[in-house]
Amino acid sequence: MRVSPALRRWSSTLVLGAALALGATGADAKKQDKKAAPIVADPYPSTYKSYPGTPTALVGATVYDGRGGRIENGVVLFRDGKLQAVGGADMAIPEGYARIDGTGKFVTPGVIDIHSHLGVYPSPGVDALADGNEMTSPTTPDVWAEHSVWPQDPGFTRALANGGVTSLQILPGSGNLIGGRAVTLKNVPSITVQGMKFPGAPYALKMACGENPKRVYGGKGQKPSTRMGNMSVDRQAWIDARRYMDGDHSERDLGKDTLEGVLKGEILVQNHCYRADEMAQVIDMSKEMGYKITAFHHAVEAYKIADILRENDICAAIWADWYGFKMEAYDGIPENAALLANAGACVVIHSDDENGIQRLNQEAAKAQADGRRIGIDIPDAQVVGWFTYNAAKTMGIGEKTGSLEVGKMADVVLWNGNPLSVYSRPEKVWIDGALMFDAQDARRRPVSDFELGQPGEGDVK
Amino acid sequence: MSRRALVMAALAAVVLPGMASAQDFAITNATVATGDGGAPIEHGTVVVRAGKVVAAGAGIAVPAGMRSVDGTGKWVTPGLFSAVTDLGLWDVEGVADSNDSEAGKSPFNAALDVAPAINPANAHIAISREGGVTRASVAPVNGDSIFAGQGALIDLGAGVDLVNTARAFQFVQLGEAGARLAGGSRVAAHVALRNALCEARDLATVPGARSSDAMLTRADALALAPVLDGRQALYVGVERAADIRSVLALKTEFPKLNLVLVGATEGWLVAGAIAAAQVPVIAMPLRDLPASFESLAATQSNVGRMKKAGVKVAIGMFGGSNQPRYAPQQAGNLVALNRLPGAVGLTWGEAFAAITSVPAEISGMGGKEGVLAPGAVGDVVVWDGDPLELSSAPVEVYIDGIRQPLDNHQSRLKQRYKSLDRTYLPKAYDW
Repeated sequence: MRVSPALRRWSSTLVLGAALALGATGADAKKQDKKAAPIVADPYPSTYKSYPGTPTALVGATVYDGRGGRIENGVVLFRDGKLQAVGGADMAIPEGYARIDGTGKFVTPGVIDIHSHLGVYPSPGVDALADGNEMTSPTTPDVWAEHSVWPQDPGFTRALANGGVTSLQILPGSGNLIGGRAVTLKNVPSITVQGMKFPGAPYALKMACGENPKRVYGGKGQKPSTRMGNMSVDRQAWIDARRYMDGDHSERDLGKDTLEGVLKGEILVQNHCYRADEMAQVIDMSKEMGYKITAFHHAVEAYKIADILRENDICAAIWADWYGFKMEAYDGIPENAALLANAGACVVIHSDDENGIQRLNQEAAKAQADGRRIGIDIPDAQVVGWFTYNAAKTMGIGEKTGSLEVGKMADVVLWNGNPLSVYSRPEKVWIDGALMFDAQDARRRPVSDFELGQPGEGDVK
Repeated sequence: MSRRALVMAALAAVVLPGMASAQDFAITNATVATGDGGAPIEHGTVVVRAGKVVAAGAGIAVPAGMRSVDGTGKWVTPGLFSAVTDLGLWDVEGVADSNDSEAGKSPFNAALDVAPAINPANAHIAISREGGVTRASVAPVNGDSIFAGQGALIDLGAGVDLVNTARAFQFVQLGEAGARLAGGSRVAAHVALRNALCEARDLATVPGARSSDAMLTRADALALAPVLDGRQALYVGVERAADIRSVLALKTEFPKLNLVLVGATEGWLVAGAIAAAQVPVIAMPLRDLPASFESLAATQSNVGRMKKAGVKVAIGMFGGSNQPRYAPQQAGNLVALNRLPGAVGLTWGEAFAAITSVPAEISGMGGKEGVLAPGAVGDVVVWDGDPLELSSAPVEVYIDGIRQPLDNHQSRLKQRYKSLDRTYLPKAYDW
């Protein structure tokens, strides 16, 4: 969201949607001539290296593999950053593995949030750190979220410790129709963003339809001020991008480089869109212009077109039950996820929120329960996939993480109870086989630079 | 009854509440949580007569001739009390025409009174009722003054008048937000607050008298008189530990102030002082980020640590996307903290009390609302499981002994779209 109308609510520490009020100065970056710069495939490369880990055997726990599988009294083995084996109690544990007794506990893949603004709208939420919405032009495909991410955002540490989040996608905000490139991160403490970048993750383009862009630019007396204006600006951008793609690239255009990546299928489209009718319009636009939408984010009305989303192979990345805060969210219902899943469409539970990211498991559990009450019974093991594998797949990293399968990254959470219960919390979290959080060990509790020497440093949070 | 007739009957229950009346009933063999802070009672009974709770607990006999329902497998609790909410003040938060929560362009502030604006037909009231919320303290939001105005106590019963107590409290915002509202600094906010209380005192002392440099409108100064003598509670929005101390110090200057802290994200750092001052707190329990420089010490253990120090703490501040029906989830999270080394949570009973009896007590309705006790209002919720658990939901909601309709905009949408069959009439005919 992050472009909600600025509402004051009894306390300055509630999100004030300050992004909306930001100034509208600056040049139209699209017009900048970047002719001199050669195209480098990966100019801000990941420098992430997994932290050291010990060969670990989790035994005795209930294991959800993230892809619908459930093993009682399971065994999960990982070493050298990779999952070595996942099986039942009869599986032999090789020499050299440290055993962790998970009796009465649960193991899942690391939690993944497909929609986060950590780092680009960090805590503290002061204007000086609000870098998520380049609201100076309705289309800014030239900006990259990774250039705004502040790695010291304490929100990363809360997402790890309380949410079990091991990977997340940071998106630009939704003030613009085309907001810029998103970046996928490993949720590890790092001084640089490059040190968090998920190796080999594809880029994504953030797009937004609906109220936000037309409000932001209509409010400035410029196009778009209507939904038809939204569509027109988008369509022209794609037409221009295709001309650029088919040209000789003698004059490099940073924004069109990104749009060209989308047209070539190299960059995924993550499209903020609430209303069913509007999603249907955007699907037609993608066909007209020759690109693929990977997911609709927020999609509170996805349940009305679950079949259309399924047929077009588009995931719905959604909250469990947010609704009503703006007009296009009025028809949100808590059964959204269940109705989608029941129709065979792809469900991802997302947060879009520095607090919600700490409880994606709980949001999924609520959505599951709301389905059960209308006769749609989705097994726990499938629901766990809503905040693990489905998110990974939709971010283009499903081959690398998101599920407990041999050879994948050892991104693993040991929960102290069923992750679909309100009474459970992550007990240990591993990223690429390295123990990055341990509830039993205060030293395995990350503290960002910002919090050093301040009230509450190193508290349990 | 045909489907259409069923719908009409449901509508009648909403539109013509006069047709509904309080029922005498008992629920037996249920797990009963009375809201008093104690552990849930197995095989408990709840008896409601003439709209009031007659008895609740174990070993209670059902009066002869009373309708009795077997509650096996169910949980029975008082209705939830939503403390400090904007419920009923907006239809769509972001649509200004539908939003009465703040009035930044009004010449008035402390005199603002939410009571006449609360809309019983509001969609979110019906949705919250379905979630087990039966009572609330509705608060205005600051416009361009540190004074937001006066809040009301309501029930969520389907009917024409929800307001039980108008002008139940005044809300003043201090801290960072108060500083901005007052002209730029905390210093200015404290002067504005003191000046306002002094103008109210002057006016109350010599009715009709106003000094030539009075800054408050007459209506605002009159509205603050009951704050000054403690008849009306003063809810103070404040987060930082130092700011909390400054608020508590107000009592030395204005000894009759009936203070309630709202927010208190750093309350745990000054929990002893809050407890000693006997000032209650309404907090958001899951804040754990330094969202601003006044909440650097935020932790989910805030509520537990304050409670441990003897502070009366309710879960509240249900505004905007923080929906009133989220209260049980938030309370459940505090129970979860008990198994997290270094954290301080609440027991199940304490957590449930924090969303029922404690907010009722802070609102001045102790013993009457948010609790299943003899003489309390007949607000009873029957749940299909542990009410704090994510998988549970209310199956029946009674307010003042009247069974409530649980239909609403959302439930109608889910019925319409449960099937995506588009082969017969358009969905617009599917009702």
